[in-house]
Amino acid sequence: MNKTCRIVNLQDEYSQLFKENLSLLENGAPKRMNETRTKAFESFIDKGIPSNKVEEYKYTNLQPYFKGSFDIAFDSKAAINGSADKFNCGVPNLDTYNIFLINGWFAQQDEASALPDGVIIGSIREKANEHPELFEKHYNSNAPVDSDAMAAMNTAFAQDGAFIYIPKGIVVDKPIQLVNIMTGDNDRLVFQRNLVIVEDNAQAKVMLCDHTISPQKFVINNLTEVFAGENSVFDIYNIQNQHNLTTQVSGMYIKQKKHSNVLSNSLTLHSGVTRNNIRVNMDDEHCESHVYGLYLSDKNQHVDNYSFIDHAKPHCQSFELFKGVMDDSASAAFTGRVLVQPDAQQTNAYQSNNNLLLTDNAKINSKPQLEIYADDVKCSHGATVGQLDDEAMFYLRARGINENEGRILLMFAFAYEVIEKIRVEPLKENIRSLVEKRFRGEFDKCDSCVVCGQQGTSVSCL
Amino acid sequence: MLVIKDLHAKIDDKEILRGINLEVKPGEVHAIMGPNGSGKSTLSSVLAGNEKFDVSEGNVSFKGKDLLDLAPEDRAREGLFLSFQYPVEIPGVSMVNFMRTAVNEHRKYREEDPYSASEFLKLMREKKKLVEIDSNLTNRSVNEGFSGGEKKKNEIFQMAMLEPKLAILDETDSGLDIDALRIVANGVNKLKSPETSTIVITHYQRLLDYIVPDYVHVLYKGRIVKSAGKELAHELEEKGYDWIKKEFED
Repeated sequence: MNKTCRIVNLQDEYSQLFKENLSLLENGAPKRMNETRTKAFESFIDKGIPSNKVEEYKYTNLQPYFKGSFDIAFDSKAAINGSADKFNCGVPNLDTYNIFLINGWFAQQDEASALPDGVIIGSIREKANEHPELFEKHYNSNAPVDSDAMAAMNTAFAQDGAFIYIPKGIVVDKPIQLVNIMTGDNDRLVFQRNLVIVEDNAQAKVMLCDHTISPQKFVINNLTEVFAGENSVFDIYNIQNQHNLTTQVSGMYIKQKKHSNVLSNSLTLHSGVTRNNIRVNMDDEHCESHVYGLYLSDKNQHVDNYSFIDHAKPHCQSFELFKGVMDDSASAAFTGRVLVQPDAQQTNAYQSNNNLLLTDNAKINSKPQLEIYADDVKCSHGATVGQLDDEAMFYLRARGINENEGRILLMFAFAYEVIEKIRVEPLKENIRSLVEKRFRGEFDKCDSCVVCGQQGTSVSCL
Repeated sequence: MLVIKDLHAKIDDKEILRGINLEVKPGEVHAIMGPNGSGKSTLSSVLAGNEKFDVSEGNVSFKGKDLLDLAPEDRAREGLFLSFQYPVEIPGVSMVNFMRTAVNEHRKYREEDPYSASEFLKLMREKKKLVEIDSNLTNRSVNEGFSGGEKKKNEIFQMAMLEPKLAILDETDSGLDIDALRIVANGVNKLKSPETSTIVITHYQRLLDYIVPDYVHVLYKGRIVKSAGKELAHELEEKGYDWIKKEFED
């Protein structure tokens, strides 16, 4: 069932929305999911949709974006609405296990029989009921429901999403591609909840591709919890490619165990308003974490990356690099909070945020925030804001390369460092060419799935 | 080829070039020498079109066209090449991508079809061999982490790729050991033809043992104060610049 809600005063209507539809929210959802709803709801209502008066959201006032008339789906049929069979995704030169979600709900996936032994991929509400012990051990144990309003909101309202489970010792041969499609005839509010469990000694790579294929306004609150077991190696790439009417709050909450090695890369190639909450909890010794991001924005787009790396235990390393290119009147923000707890001796934490502003109207707020309570650590941070290098430009022009082409080369050169961090070779190639297209202005977000080139309709090219 | 008439140029209201006159004909090699700060590098920058400098007077014609009227990229496409004194490092731009873009832009300007990937790589292989550049250098980002000598060799390699009509070598010898100098000079000599011209800007006579000039000019305080044959370079090497300074003190 789709219901239309009209949000003017935020709290009042969201409260009403939850209370009136609690039975619909609970219907068919896993037990643990429902058990956590009410507490999460209370936390959400207590805090409200963050305005820029909330320190963590200082540079992104979310309130205006969460107002309006939206459709909300309360079951899979309503969310998918007959659009499921249109999709045929595949990264050129890259064989993947695919799973499709429409408006936050599981829609379809490749034949399960093709999966390696014991690997579970599918709808979270379905798989949680089949494997309650896995689900209950992890669900909502790492999302900051008490401290972050958006995580609380997601926990209160989410009904479906993806579930990925990699058992002990299994190395998944192909990347898992999770395609999130926003579509429909009305403006829509979407919640999506993903859970990824990578057991000890397991290895996997996940690509989250977010895109819009119809021109409606979409307001999305999604949240992914990742649990990386001992000695696991896990990569997650979030490729955001949505039209200008999209508002996305995307939570990525990663918890790492001993000797695990996790890489996350948030690639915001095109979107209206994006807020990424990326949190890494190094809960054990000798963890290694790579936290990367690239944001390209123009017109009036806005991207806010808020990262929080919690060094809770000794001998862990984190490498953080975010780079952004802002054109026209675009704005962006970066916060890099690094907490080194008193016990976390021998921590190595490196953070860097570099920005390129192409016009006088483009804007960036960059805030490194290091809190160090241990005394034997190596931590560094750096933030830069700059323009294109005149000398490099002259060098290119002196070789016969025109100014526009030179600009593209130099912007690409700037972004390249983050692209180089991608550990899936064909994906790297793809992102490379997409970023170049983006800088050339040929980038077609109508190719909805940026990675696979899934065609959208021309009207979605806003 | 190149005719410079009464060229004045300044940066931040400070006049650096104060009336340069020079004519370079096809096939000729001209050396421009002079003490530090005399305006040698400014001259090369102005000719290549660096917008940091304002041309306040004078004119320059290149192959009959008004050079000062052309954008830097069009000067390059017309066949003017500047070998930079300090080649710029551009991390993230691969040499291959850089050169392919440049070569194809030149071809487009001449209304020729762009090279295919394989044609381009073939051309690159040939030119690398010609100028004896280490093959690994072209697999890297433009000048990134190159030694001084590698950067200069890379300039000559680019020159070989672009086949200019007029090459201006701005202190290409500075910071080079004798072997690198020989390789760079050999490259330049191999690329020389009766239709192309070279301007060698240098502080020392050493490079001119390898690239033998037809004319030597001394630039001092923004003017060419002396022009003669290649023997002038030897004289400057022996006596230094002091006698010039004395003679032309304002």
